[in-house]
Amino acid sequence: MILNASGCLDALTAPRVARSLDIYVAKTITPEPMSGNPQPRLAETDFGLLNSIGLQNPGVESFCAEILPRLEELGMPFWISVGGANAADYARVCERIGERESVSALELNLSCPNVDPAAAGAAEIVAACRAVSDKPLYAKLSPHLPDVAEVATGVIEAGASGLTLVNSLRGLVLDEWTLEPRLGRGVGGYSGAAMRPVALAAVYLCYEATKGAVPIVGVGGVQNGKQALDLIAAGASAVALGSVLFGDLEAPERVRTELEQEALARGFERPGEARGAAHRPSAG
Amino acid sequence: MASPRREQRRVGGSERIGLYTLLRLERGGLEAGLPGQFFMLDVPGHIMPRPFSICLAEKDELAFLINPVGPATRVLCELERGQKIGLFGPLGNGFRTDVKRPLLVGGGIGVAPFPYAAQVMGNPPVVLGFRTARQAEAAQLVPKAEVCIEPQLVTELIPGVPMDVLACGPEPMLHAVHALVPDAQLAWEAPMACGFGACYGCVVELDGKSRRLCVEGPVLNGRPPALPLIDDEEEEAEA
Repeated sequence: MILNASGCLDALTAPRVARSLDIYVAKTITPEPMSGNPQPRLAETDFGLLNSIGLQNPGVESFCAEILPRLEELGMPFWISVGGANAADYARVCERIGERESVSALELNLSCPNVDPAAAGAAEIVAACRAVSDKPLYAKLSPHLPDVAEVATGVIEAGASGLTLVNSLRGLVLDEWTLEPRLGRGVGGYSGAAMRPVALAAVYLCYEATKGAVPIVGVGGVQNGKQALDLIAAGASAVALGSVLFGDLEAPERVRTELEQEALARGFERPGEARGAAHRPSAG
Repeated sequence: MASPRREQRRVGGSERIGLYTLLRLERGGLEAGLPGQFFMLDVPGHIMPRPFSICLAEKDELAFLINPVGPATRVLCELERGQKIGLFGPLGNGFRTDVKRPLLVGGGIGVAPFPYAAQVMGNPPVVLGFRTARQAEAAQLVPKAEVCIEPQLVTELIPGVPMDVLACGPEPMLHAVHALVPDAQLAWEAPMACGFGACYGCVVELDGKSRRLCVEGPVLNGRPPALPLIDDEEEEAEA
């Protein structure tokens, strides 16, 4: 299954690209509108991109009134990414959006590097959301966690249905002449090819810790089918595409085709059969 | 409005015009779009494409005016004839060119969309401001342009009579033009990763409203946004 990483595609400006995914994941919604971070919000750096968008979004009420009905018209499965400053914030958005049958799942953005971190622990937020919604809840975790597997088991116990691994990594890029930060907010979220081993490790450790019992969406620097297959072998049940979408609108179909071929070439009839292959000691 | 397409195109030539470089690319079947619209140009060795407004649109080529301000723009300025690069466009919303009393106002590299605009609009009056004489050499691209160099500001060249202003330039200049001519069409600039509304990198705030320049601009107060941008009709048209 191929998804987009939240915030890397707008299905309303590019519906053809959204429809080429198995599931569309909408940009993070918070209880109140957020205007985002100051310009500049983007800078290229070694092996990747630095962004500092700051969860700009219209707030849950405006989202439900103006955007959600248009997403429903797309006629495809979609998830909503949920954000907030505390557990009550997350729960409020989950409760409001959870009323809509059209929303297949909620992804809890527990890890945005571009806003001040939620004070509450990940498990507490998940528990608050579980109390108000029956929808599948995916906990999107940060690559900064010292023990991502421990947090993963904690959020599963608190009611998460699955994991999304990982969000971007905090990074900094300086102007070549002024030596000041290129981004308006200073530091930003680092994405791109350099994230692949980071995401791979998080998926590997969380699959092991959860014994493959929950779905895992692997995210981080995937640009081709082999890289997607690596995440599946480490334990992902689905793969999300991030910054590759900015430059390649055909990426979902291309990566899907390459993934099928790469799996077949290694004796897996379907890519899903390769899930967890990295954990078999006798593999190969 | 023309549907954006992603194509690989050969460099037809590249020439220095003062501090800037005019990069000419073979046009093939690409639509030029409207003056003020832009293309995302892939940069060899770089991850993020960069946005450039259409400077000249001839039958066989599209040209982009590039200011070598950083590593990626320097790569584009050094491309050689015959090299291939990817481009994606035309994107965004262009200028309304069917105005009665046109005046084109450009500042620095903001001259970029006006050679094409002047061509489409039948050479209307143009005023251009630059920091240095070397930058001002770019004025040769626009017929009959009135030019000033700092400390004189381009806003001083705007006549005190009602005009339909189309402006492009640095943010302080756009704010100054907006203050003088509130209904001026303003072409803005910001870094963007995608060009089609996905990344929210290019958001600017004007009159208290946040706007994604790639889909609501780059010309604000120009043509109304046409959404969706990349839709099923395009797929059918391409098939």
